[in-house]
Amino acid sequence: MARRLMEGSEAMAEAAIACGCRFFAGYPMTPFTELLEHFAKKLPDVGGVCVNAESELEAVGMTWGALATGARAATGSTGQGLSLMQESFAEMTLAELPLVVFNMARGQGDYFQSTRGGGHGDYRHIVLAPMDIAEAVEHTQLAFHLADRWRNPVLVYGDYLLAHTSEAVDVSPVDFGPVPAKDWAVDGSLGGSGRSRSVSSLGIGKHGNLGPGIEAHFQAMVPKQEAIAAAEVRVETGFLDGAEVVVIAFGTAAKFVRYVVRQLRDEGVPIGYVRPVTLWPFPYEAVAAASEGVRGVMVFELNSGQMVDDVRLGVLGRAPVQFIGGISTDGSGFGVGDLLDVDVIRGRIEAALSSFPEGARA
Amino acid sequence: MTFIPTDAAPSAPSRKVGDFKPDLLLTQEHHLCPGCGEPLALRILLETIQELGVADRTIAVPGIGCYTSFSSTIDVDLVQALHGRAPSVATGVKRMLPDRCVFTLQGDGDMVNEGLQEVIHTAARGEAITCVLLNNGVFGETGGHMTATSVIGQRTKTSLDGRDADYHGYPILIGNLLAQLQGAAYVARGSVHSAGAVAKTKKMMHKAFETQLRGGGFSFVEVLTMCPTGWFIPTADGPGYMDDTLGQVHTMGELKAR
Repeated sequence: MARRLMEGSEAMAEAAIACGCRFFAGYPMTPFTELLEHFAKKLPDVGGVCVNAESELEAVGMTWGALATGARAATGSTGQGLSLMQESFAEMTLAELPLVVFNMARGQGDYFQSTRGGGHGDYRHIVLAPMDIAEAVEHTQLAFHLADRWRNPVLVYGDYLLAHTSEAVDVSPVDFGPVPAKDWAVDGSLGGSGRSRSVSSLGIGKHGNLGPGIEAHFQAMVPKQEAIAAAEVRVETGFLDGAEVVVIAFGTAAKFVRYVVRQLRDEGVPIGYVRPVTLWPFPYEAVAAASEGVRGVMVFELNSGQMVDDVRLGVLGRAPVQFIGGISTDGSGFGVGDLLDVDVIRGRIEAALSSFPEGARA
Repeated sequence: MTFIPTDAAPSAPSRKVGDFKPDLLLTQEHHLCPGCGEPLALRILLETIQELGVADRTIAVPGIGCYTSFSSTIDVDLVQALHGRAPSVATGVKRMLPDRCVFTLQGDGDMVNEGLQEVIHTAARGEAITCVLLNNGVFGETGGHMTATSVIGQRTKTSLDGRDADYHGYPILIGNLLAQLQGAAYVARGSVHSAGAVAKTKKMMHKAFETQLRGGGFSFVEVLTMCPTGWFIPTADGPGYMDDTLGQVHTMGELKAR
């Protein structure tokens, strides 16, 4: 398939449908609205269904039902709408449903929500943070693959910039390898056979095959999440050779940071960057390696400093960590603020550079 | 017609209705209280599915309440929903598998309190599923608290002197509410407090599922069920109490049939 100039929202919907998503439910909310519009327009043409749900609670519930039949299905919203879905996110993880969630976020203030979750109990979602539309297309398809592979929800962290800008992209299906058969799904055919199935978060099956029960089921999820954490770390690094300072950023902000780092390197400043591509699992080892012997580590993110927590856990005292980002939106609170600007980011990096102690590198 | 010979002793001991277990029940064991009406309602439901011959294309979506213990004993494919969320989950199931028979099973706390908007919108959409409500006017599982269907004067642990309209507000007659919606094709309220009521409710259940199976739209059966534990009355008084209290407000009958 040839590349086509598309708005990010359209590209992500196209990519989802191209890899087999046949159900979507959502509730309009800026800047997620266009993603819902594109699913509503495109899904019926491929025999799929898009429901304009009465609220985010029902959107995620409908997606739950669709997933239980074995279909590839997704929902989404902004972080605000995802706040309403958290109860279901927690339970769907325990029900081992391959949910894909799009957070077309208003900025980067949903880092904690994405990586820690607002729901109850012990659960984690894989979180993919694309930096541009081309990567958002790849991540959309990867999200469905990883969800099926691990039977665990995957969240794609988009934003206003991804939703509303355009790039020429190719959305044709990518082969990420085989995924397990959905031999757990229900189709209604086993009633009366004595072998009917349950899709449940409670670890409780049917009489005669009752399953592990709640405690053992919850315990069994722990090694699974550890296996995901070990297998699915994705990270991009650049200019770390000889770097005396490192900047860490994710998502669309990271693309701006990367541009500034390249500029500074061209001018002879020994600076490198780390971009967590998965926010969970977080690339602690890459951050640890990058922080070894440097004068300092900067964190740029468009919030009050949420990823800083994870960066500090990776750095573990090897170097000073300084937050150089901040909350930044346009007047509506939905869009891009003044901070997401190459010159502003450069200014903040240069100010931090002079504040770190000299000559830390051995 | 079967003739019963009266000129010889019966070849087998006589059996009561209660001796028969629906084929779609994996075990007769349950952990519900003596006098509970929910097993009776479940029996009506399972017999209906069996009699309509759709057991091998049915998906159940139960919510959370005492009746959730049936999730592991009914022999139909099942998706367990959260408290309040069964109609949306069932919607997702039905939209992906439109030729299957899909029903929800919820209590009054689940449907009329926690997830009221779910059933209203599902009915309004004319979603081709059957929603079954087990209405006992009380949160049974938590031990007897007021729900949106508790009647005026009803004593619960959160309305100790009886439900007072000025303080607690009025009960919601959910069947009547749903019957007004254009998308709702069949709406009825039955009960299991007497043999006659069970027979009538069974007919309602048949009509509801038949509505779904012929593509008629959304169908709804509310079944009033006894909860002597949550009503704080002697077990044997359950049926009579229900007839005198809940049954006087949530009156039995077909509310809509098209």
